[in-house]
Amino acid sequence: MANNKVLTVSPSPHVFENTSVRKLMYGVVIALLPVLAWSVISFGIGAIIVTLVSVLSCIGFEYLIQKFLLKQNPTVTDGSALVTGLLLAFNVPANLPVGIIIIGALVSIGIGKMSFGGLGTNPFNPALVGRVFLLISFPVQMTSWPTPKGFNTNYVDAQTGATPLGILQESGDTPMTKVMEQVPDYSELFLGQMGGSLGEMSGIALIIGFLLLLYFRVISWHIPVSNVLTVGLFSGILWLADPTQYADPLFHILTGGVLLGAIFMATDYVTSPMTTKAKWIYGVGIGLLTVIIRVFGSYPEGVSFAILIMNALVPILNRYTKPGRFGEEVQYG
Amino acid sequence: MLQTFSKGGVHPPENKFSANKPIENLGLPKQVSIPIAQHIGAPSKPVVKKKDKVKTGDIIAESQGFVSSNIHSSVSGTVSKVGEIIDTTGFKKPAVIIDVEDDEWNDSIDTGSEIIRDCSLSSQEIVDKILQGGIVGMGGATFPSHVKLSVPEGKKIDTLVINGVECEPYLTSDHRVMLERGEEMLVGIKLLKKALGVNHVLIGIEHNKPDAIEHVSHLVSKEENIEVYPLKVKYPQGGEKQLIKALLNREVPSGGLPLDVGVVVHNVGTSLAAYEAVQKNKPLVERVVTVTGKSLSKPSNFLVRIGTPVRDLIEAAGGLPEDTGKVVGGGPMMGKALSSLDVPVVKGTSGILVIPEKDAYRDEEFNCIRCGKCVDVCPMGLEPYLLKQLAQLERYEECEDNAIMDCMECGSCSFTCPARVPLLDYIRLGKTNVNQILRNRKDK
Repeated sequence: MANNKVLTVSPSPHVFENTSVRKLMYGVVIALLPVLAWSVISFGIGAIIVTLVSVLSCIGFEYLIQKFLLKQNPTVTDGSALVTGLLLAFNVPANLPVGIIIIGALVSIGIGKMSFGGLGTNPFNPALVGRVFLLISFPVQMTSWPTPKGFNTNYVDAQTGATPLGILQESGDTPMTKVMEQVPDYSELFLGQMGGSLGEMSGIALIIGFLLLLYFRVISWHIPVSNVLTVGLFSGILWLADPTQYADPLFHILTGGVLLGAIFMATDYVTSPMTTKAKWIYGVGIGLLTVIIRVFGSYPEGVSFAILIMNALVPILNRYTKPGRFGEEVQYG
Repeated sequence: MLQTFSKGGVHPPENKFSANKPIENLGLPKQVSIPIAQHIGAPSKPVVKKKDKVKTGDIIAESQGFVSSNIHSSVSGTVSKVGEIIDTTGFKKPAVIIDVEDDEWNDSIDTGSEIIRDCSLSSQEIVDKILQGGIVGMGGATFPSHVKLSVPEGKKIDTLVINGVECEPYLTSDHRVMLERGEEMLVGIKLLKKALGVNHVLIGIEHNKPDAIEHVSHLVSKEENIEVYPLKVKYPQGGEKQLIKALLNREVPSGGLPLDVGVVVHNVGTSLAAYEAVQKNKPLVERVVTVTGKSLSKPSNFLVRIGTPVRDLIEAAGGLPEDTGKVVGGGPMMGKALSSLDVPVVKGTSGILVIPEKDAYRDEEFNCIRCGKCVDVCPMGLEPYLLKQLAQLERYEECEDNAIMDCMECGSCSFTCPARVPLLDYIRLGKTNVNQILRNRKDK
């Protein structure tokens, strides 16, 4: 027996859960694959080009900034830049010019993430920072949506059409029944037969992604569920008040970025709250802001803005929603 | 649906390799080192000197004050030294070192194997016997048992909870005690019940020990007011506060004790020790220790004399594997890493865990990604990420405001952190400093 064996002495615990930042990030990537697959099936080569350029430039910029600007050891292998790249791609049209995507990636990683110190310290979702920057800077390119025509959809001069939300926004005083004739059926919306960003079309692919995230224990259900429920409830109240003026709740949930935002963007660890109470408030807040911007604002879609606004409130939410401490609930005697 | 506590908790792999290994008597070591502070509270005062002859069960250090405990010789022989040794904490502690000769027991001790069920002692006499016998909590915290049995005036106790949870992975000593010494343990439980003057006893056992649940349920089937509760498997259910929550849905208030909600909790091993002290006049000189680990050739449960070097236990369990990186006294979640194999088994040693080199180091640390998992798993409803930050920034007043002193150091936060942030290390640092602040405030 080894008599003079040098033993490691370290504080408890001595065992750890079989998890890591990498595993969680690659869990998100796997959960995003059904969504990616659907966008490739719908938009063909355009979806592949946009995604590849976005992912590669996000990873590239993170590496270059860490290595040469911040003089740190690059940590691109942790998978977070890959996730940002995928999410940025999923939030833009499938025919977005390559140059614009690269600018978006630079803003996402450079301003959205690294300017705050990198992974874990950024207050805003990097992919959304990039997306909103592009929306403001390149409004035409960011709102010309190719019609999904399967794998043969032409990337360069794709035929474009309005998104369901765009049709709604342009409708003005037209009665809702007339407007609804122009948008696809709910089954088509659910399956993903509509114009829109790469990743937001197919409800079913997004829900599969949600189930995968739950299965890999990456996220808890609170934010997506409270977010989508609020969108449904709030738009439902408006609809009940005046069905000729406002679209019904299912339409709001299935169109635009509600599901993509609720499942993949609002649940971003770094920029979402830590306590369960705060997660509820955060999800409800995003839902309310989304409907307010959609119905009363001048943009057809409001998910990105809603999430960014709620991102800003996260430190306050964390501060004022302490978890229930043990010993304060049930008093005895 | 099985009962459990409601807040937080984790599921570490159970790895109970020694669950089917009957308790073996390890036998006598050549020499024992018995620390004189094996309990929470004031260290005892040695009453022997070099070259004194002692018998097994003789008192060698006397309790000093109320929260303190007697220490007895666990062997017969000659005192070779009253000095200092390195103990399981890694610090030098005063100890009595005895060279073993024969195995002669103090005459007053009944060493027979017959189970004595009847007891005519009054409750105060039972408490006195437990005090004399040096009985402390055997679950690891080593709080002197007689203190828990002396209910302060104005407090009313209605329930005695017996802790057979054994939620730490790897450990099986309580499991084996319930299976093999169940009858004696039950007599001990009835003695504790009488000492406290309560009517109601609940025995909590986690569901991963179905044989123990069945056996103990069978034993208590004829008893009135003693019930066995199978519990869902979740760490840290063996914590007193969590166990009371799981069984009775009562929450011990922050900074409070179980008796604030009318409950006293004793471990199954403590119940057995109480039986021996009261019915057999036998002080706490030996205990059941699990020796285990993935790389160990013979994971075992041993009946070990207090003061036996850990090296002897590992030798008997097949020897220290070549690739050993760490040896832990206790379970993997709350146990202490030992600096040497020469440290002795003490009253609180429930297990010895051998960890291979490859599992002995922590993974590389990442930035906190604010995933909130530490908040989810904290059984006390704290925010470990925040406490870690505040402790690191030396903002101890804010640590106190955020209830850092409620942390029971179960390690669930560090266990679950995907970024491998050493949360508990910083929280311990914060607790130490907050404790100092609290003490200074009291002194003023």
